[in-house]
Amino acid sequence: MVIDQLKAAFEEELLDIAIRGDRRATVTIRPEALPAMAEHLHIKLGLRFIIASALHTRKGFEIYYHFSEDETGMICNLHVVLDGERPEVESLSNMFEASNWIEREMHELFGINFRNHPNLEALISDGNWARGEYPYRKQFKSNGETGK
Amino acid sequence: MSKQTLIPVGPYHPLQEEPELFKLYCDGEIVRDVKWETGYNHRGIEQLSEKKSYDEVFFLVERICGICSTSHPFAFSNAVEEIVEVEIPERAKYIRSIIGELERIHSHLLWVGLAGHFLGYNTVFMWAWKYREPVLDLFEMITGNRNSYAMFKVGGVRRDIENSKIPAIEEVLDLVRRKTDLLTGAVMDDPVIHARTKGVGVLTREEIINFAAVGPTARASGVDIDVRRDDPYAAYPLVDWKVITATAGDVFAKAEVRLLEMYESVSIIRQCLEGLKKEKEGDIEAIVKVIPEGMGTGHAEAPRGEVFHFVVSDGSNSPARHKIRAPSYTNIATFKKSCIGQSISDATISLAAVDPCYCCTERLAVAVDRYTGTRIMNAKEIIEHSAQLTQRLIHND
Repeated sequence: MVIDQLKAAFEEELLDIAIRGDRRATVTIRPEALPAMAEHLHIKLGLRFIIASALHTRKGFEIYYHFSEDETGMICNLHVVLDGERPEVESLSNMFEASNWIEREMHELFGINFRNHPNLEALISDGNWARGEYPYRKQFKSNGETGK
Repeated sequence: MSKQTLIPVGPYHPLQEEPELFKLYCDGEIVRDVKWETGYNHRGIEQLSEKKSYDEVFFLVERICGICSTSHPFAFSNAVEEIVEVEIPERAKYIRSIIGELERIHSHLLWVGLAGHFLGYNTVFMWAWKYREPVLDLFEMITGNRNSYAMFKVGGVRRDIENSKIPAIEEVLDLVRRKTDLLTGAVMDDPVIHARTKGVGVLTREEIINFAAVGPTARASGVDIDVRRDDPYAAYPLVDWKVITATAGDVFAKAEVRLLEMYESVSIIRQCLEGLKKEKEGDIEAIVKVIPEGMGTGHAEAPRGEVFHFVVSDGSNSPARHKIRAPSYTNIATFKKSCIGQSISDATISLAAVDPCYCCTERLAVAVDRYTGTRIMNAKEIIEHSAQLTQRLIHND
């Protein structure tokens, strides 16, 4: 199973593992470990990158990187939690093209910076939105946090 | 330093009626670079979804795509049912698969017709669209709508397909099967289509994996993936069928995969209809009252490939986060590989081969030297240019 292999290779980097049924697993990891683990999943184990989903929550910014092991139907989610003020993580676009557009989109909608991305220009708005405004960020008024 | 010409394909009046812009940078007849602009139709559906109840989200996601309008509710229901951990009744599974496969048939017919039209083979266009019509009429009969069928809900389907309607469905399937023979013959045996599509827009297996392309685009390049088989849902594990693949990776292979998939769809629907006859009428949903806290990843095989929905629930009646990925999102990016180095006339069919939202109206062509940075006209300049031309015409009169 994919999770067993991840455990063997990255024991130190795994913060939490949630397994649901035979075909769903979510692994929370340290953001610094993301490139190495994505490389292990995609290059070594041959998993297909489906997409990444960003969330703005009270913890900060969270990204789920969804990978699919098509032989078994297993979806493995790599989960990272980023800083709420300056969200930043390494880009995966230099490893596979598939993450190029979604990282641009997350940068544009959530304001997450992807280090070493080949081209982080706006994908959707073509520069027509106000700079520094990130429409998919949430406003957390209850505890004084702001969305900007 | 060669001078390159920009051929814009878009952004309005596209053949498949969706706005997007491909900028083809050409050196003579040869495409040297492709750039893509989108966002003309950004509707903020992921945000909208967070403000609607789960029941309403089905109607919202159904309107993401007008052609494959059931693929998004399919993936969304898979995601939500994963959170709820509900098993839907067998009859609902069969009905879901019947709707999904009928949609695949009409979507593939639409593509085959458009592909013929792109190549100037309008007989195929007229045939394919003519025989797509009975499928849409069938949808109207069994769901009440020719498109956007509103059949899905959490835990099952909204409407039953009464057993009394099964003969009428089988009649349409007979027609589709016969006409698929006709279309397959018209495409596979035609030397002109061979000449226009073989070796054109080739995507290798490695490129498909790199771009994570899905659906018929991936299967035509020998990447054997299909969510219906790999992560079974609805009635697909209950029926016999096979995944169609090809190896050439060119436009012809993509057409071949789609045509042969229609036979499989007919076969799946026939088996599902037999399944329906064995199940009790009216048993079409498992009652779900509360969506608990949790997250679900649901995917479904749409006609164009895998549709993926990621839903996070906080226990309220709306999703806390709803991420949607349509298959064209990964497939369209492959243009960087399939079009460059080809002639413009081949680029049009290569762009169409992944079945994207595509437009073919060349509204304005401006010669630019990319290296000296000569500017392309912007919207304001186009309007001024147009006004000047109008003035000139009036003056000449």
